[in-house]
Amino acid sequence: MTDAAVIMAATGLACRRGERVLFRGLDLDVRPGQIVWVRGANGRGKTSLLRLLAGLARPEAGRIERDAQRERVYIGHSNALKDDLTVAESLRFLTRLHGFDTSAEALDAALRRFGLHSRRAAPVRTLSQGQRRRVALARLCTAPAAALWLLDEPFDALDTEGVDALNTVLSEHAARGGSTLLTSHVPLTLTSLAPITLQLNEAVAA
Amino acid sequence: MTAPVFSAVLGRDLRLAARRRVDALLPLAFFAVAVSLFPLGVGPEPNTLRQIAPGVLWVCALLAAMLSVTQLYAGDQVDGSLEQMMLAGGAGTLAALPVAIAKAVSHWLLTGLPLVLIAPLFGVMFDLSGRSIGALCASLVLGTPILSLLGGLGAALTLGVRNGGVLLILLIVPLCIPALIFGSGAVSAVESSASARGHFSLLGALFIATGLLAPIATAAALRIATE
Repeated sequence: MTDAAVIMAATGLACRRGERVLFRGLDLDVRPGQIVWVRGANGRGKTSLLRLLAGLARPEAGRIERDAQRERVYIGHSNALKDDLTVAESLRFLTRLHGFDTSAEALDAALRRFGLHSRRAAPVRTLSQGQRRRVALARLCTAPAAALWLLDEPFDALDTEGVDALNTVLSEHAARGGSTLLTSHVPLTLTSLAPITLQLNEAVAA
Repeated sequence: MTAPVFSAVLGRDLRLAARRRVDALLPLAFFAVAVSLFPLGVGPEPNTLRQIAPGVLWVCALLAAMLSVTQLYAGDQVDGSLEQMMLAGGAGTLAALPVAIAKAVSHWLLTGLPLVLIAPLFGVMFDLSGRSIGALCASLVLGTPILSLLGGLGAALTLGVRNGGVLLILLIVPLCIPALIFGSGAVSAVESSASARGHFSLLGALFIATGLLAPIATAAALRIATE
């Protein structure tokens, strides 16, 4: 990697879904403290791009360089929660899985940030969609400070209070030097986030 | 990096099974019902029952294992847990290796081990001798992990396929045939007062080979399924 300050750099990235090339020749670099807002109409490959960057899929062409020291947190469309576990158990499992801090204080603080502390013993089955999203997002607060966050539609199903909580968490993360790549079909509401916009262009037929 | 993935997934799966006890007991109930049908269908002739017992018990154990393995990864794929587990395993083709091992272990603890524990009861029902029942348990101890490992491979290969359960049985049951032959063969050998050593050696060799190869193949299949 040429520039030490670049957390993740992608060059000439192309992604194909079946016969359709979603994007090609995509260049991207993410630096500490940046928030990158990936925009584009439905089906333009926002989710596919995030999955490529997370390492869940391999690009059709191009390469991705990552700072190996930095943890990555990927939160997709689905919340990765189990109906039969409680809120606290779910968060603990997801945190432990990635080897992050699973101390009771860290988990409690994370749940408090998203206003779920009173529901920590409730089974996930009894939660609404917005509350489930909050549990999934609470995991961000247990990750190491400088981690790279890859968030796919994090504002989905959140109410105003939830959006505010996430905005605060996002701006604190950026202030600490952490970077975020996110997709959102609603405009970002907190102006202090100052996102860099990455527009995914027209899909091209193969 | 891999240790927390293995223990986290195993711990969660056991906890989930404890929350859904009825689901966890279904394979065992299937085994009990299927085995109990044979004396009713074949007739209560003790010699016949003794003769068919090893085969019947082993076939039913195999089917119970196959029926319970179909959903091993499906739920986790639908709700996104599988992606998280693979990301936690790191990048690369074998990212899912700790997940594959943890899932096979949890499947064995939840179906294989209970089958080993209740098998003696059904051995008595078929009038097997004490030594034969011992051999039955030993053969199941060596054989049921093979079924869990191969079943996990089948579940990973058929992930996201419609009617995956039927396809899984068609794919994996042929691979289980050696375990079935040597497992029930060991019990039959003891029952006819012959040496079962050869059967046990081959069963052990099968266990080692499956233990080494199946998780790698499962991890590769999971990688393909989530891409």
